[in-house]
Amino acid sequence: MTPGPGSRITYREAVKQAIREALAQDPRVFLMGEDVGKYGGCFAVSKGLLDEFGEERIRDTPLSESAFVGAGIGAAMAGMRPIVEIMTVNFSLLAIDQIVNNAATICHMSGGQFPVPVVIRMATGAGRQLAAQHSHSLEAWYAHVPGLRVVEPATIDDARGMLRPALESPDPVIIFEPISLYNMEGELTEAAAGVDLSHARIHRPGRDVTLVTYGASLWRCVTAAEELAASGIEAEIVDLRSLRPLDDAAILGSVRRTRRVVIVDEGWRTGSLSAEVAMRIVEQGFYDLDAPIGRVCTEEVPIPYPKHLEDAALPDPARIVAAVRRTMGNAQ
Amino acid sequence: MLSEFRLPALGADMEEGTVVQWNVAPGDAVRRGQVVAVVETDKGAIDVEIFEDGVMRELVVQPGTKVPVGTVLARLETAGESASPSPAPGPAGAAETAAGSRARISPAARVRARELGVEVASLTGTGPGGAITIEDVEKAKRPAQPSREPPAAKAGEHDMAQAGGMRAAIATAMSRSKREIPHYYLSLTKDVTGAVDWLAARNASVPVTERLLFTALLIKAVALTCRDVQGFSGFYRDGRYEPGPSVHVGVAVALRGGGLVAPAIMDTADKPLPALMEEFRQLVMRARGGRLRASELAAPSIIVTSLGDADVDAVFPIIQPPQVAIVGSGAVSSRPWVVDGKVEPRQLIVLSLGADHRVTDGRLGAQFLAGIAERLAAPGKL
Repeated sequence: MTPGPGSRITYREAVKQAIREALAQDPRVFLMGEDVGKYGGCFAVSKGLLDEFGEERIRDTPLSESAFVGAGIGAAMAGMRPIVEIMTVNFSLLAIDQIVNNAATICHMSGGQFPVPVVIRMATGAGRQLAAQHSHSLEAWYAHVPGLRVVEPATIDDARGMLRPALESPDPVIIFEPISLYNMEGELTEAAAGVDLSHARIHRPGRDVTLVTYGASLWRCVTAAEELAASGIEAEIVDLRSLRPLDDAAILGSVRRTRRVVIVDEGWRTGSLSAEVAMRIVEQGFYDLDAPIGRVCTEEVPIPYPKHLEDAALPDPARIVAAVRRTMGNAQ
Repeated sequence: MLSEFRLPALGADMEEGTVVQWNVAPGDAVRRGQVVAVVETDKGAIDVEIFEDGVMRELVVQPGTKVPVGTVLARLETAGESASPSPAPGPAGAAETAAGSRARISPAARVRARELGVEVASLTGTGPGGAITIEDVEKAKRPAQPSREPPAAKAGEHDMAQAGGMRAAIATAMSRSKREIPHYYLSLTKDVTGAVDWLAARNASVPVTERLLFTALLIKAVALTCRDVQGFSGFYRDGRYEPGPSVHVGVAVALRGGGLVAPAIMDTADKPLPALMEEFRQLVMRARGGRLRASELAAPSIIVTSLGDADVDAVFPIIQPPQVAIVGSGAVSSRPWVVDGKVEPRQLIVLSLGADHRVTDGRLGAQFLAGIAERLAAPGKL
């Protein structure tokens, strides 16, 4: 019934497998959120889990993010291992008080007496014509906050593997799942069993330029890198995976090899994760740079509903290729 | 940024030095001009000043180590980015070119250029916006700069270094001078009775410590004349003359153990006589105590050498490269002199000029020498 390593599955299926495994292995684990039970999750991630595990462990909640995220925090403090699902990061703003003022702080304010091992999953990003109130990428808001761990699986292996270490972490962990990746198919490998929450990963090695990215933009970078390779430019892709903490060593290690960098971020440019990554590169690797740092971010507009406008607002391979060519100057 | 502090050439004849002590430790904040180390050279122990503000990070050369000029002595953290790859200390010119427009060059390429000793100003960039990239630097790589003194300078001579570092230094500088500089010499006998009387009257009314020496008048007269007549206060480098940024008259000081140095009185022409005299006194004292500052040794744009106390009539001085002129004077002595058709005892001095014929000709030299004599005739205006 459960597909193992080597099989092709969707990102959605990988997340579901991870949740199912956690529920099966640890009686303290339960899933709660809007429509996760009878409806099977608004992105169908938890479809079938209610039948399998029952109402005690797959709990439909009222439409009150603040209330059920707060309940999850309390349950975690009381010894449970809740997985709280929030439909999209946009809706998480109703619970941001619970996440920032409680989940992130209680362990610190209690002198370590009350860890908050809650896992909060939320969908993020655009690309499915869900319009401005369901499509934003607000990862940077949470990556700003000490006391939280923030991860964003972009591959099948990470979607499958990150939940376990997230539940094991004594800190609250926010897992961002890109909406546009749920239907992506890929091969599940044995590496999924060994993933961690801290390290960035070289998704594709290359010598000429580093593309630093995360989430759905990873695959835009892969397409761009293939196009660049056709003209002899080998791009190295760094998948951040962990947005807090950032893996400075991996980022700087790659930049020192290639000496050129373009950061691809589905967040808005202003005050973005891309800005933070760029600044760290400047702070720690200024003398390794052979060209100004480039960025490809989402246009500074609320994500439009019409397909052509939504596409125009988001980072795409063509813009990434153009940004890379700008950093190469005439040396391409 | 991390900046390198290299052993400066404390004069054109210096090739190496021994770090005697550090006056600073890693972590200390330093200011441009601060004495950070004492370096033993052929000219004695020299207080070496640093060229940039910053914080010391690393003392690379340990006390007791002898290193060639240009060796990185220490590294310091500085606020800005320095435009010139290695802050070449020294007489004039070098620092000025650092201002002006900056090359458009990537940080990594700048570091690489420094490592390879590539002059970035001459490169054409192929990077974004025409910026110079690492690749551009590496393409332009050429052998490191030749040392400032060809080895031939030392070959063929018996081992002067062992006879004494100071001798060897003078040998190197003077050999180079006579090898490279086509000197011409002029001399002028001048009646300076007026100046001598003026000095005597002035000195009679002030305490001993404030008395002026005739040499102070001469130094000031030379400095002012350098402003009137161009071509004598400056440097000959890379086949052309560069006027000094300011007139810094060096004063040849004989040392007790033999040998001599010529530290500068900075901005000589702007200093009133009492201040100039006091500085001259200090300079002689420090020179003989072996505690001169690097900038004082490197700065002179022209030198005055006086053998007045040695009772010679005239000096035929040799230019110290890369300078282009040197003024000599013999003793002021009472001699017969024709005044208004009658022979009278007067105070006479023989002024002489050694000048670089690549830069000036005898007629201009004569004008220069006459200018000095004229200034000496009006000591009240000095």
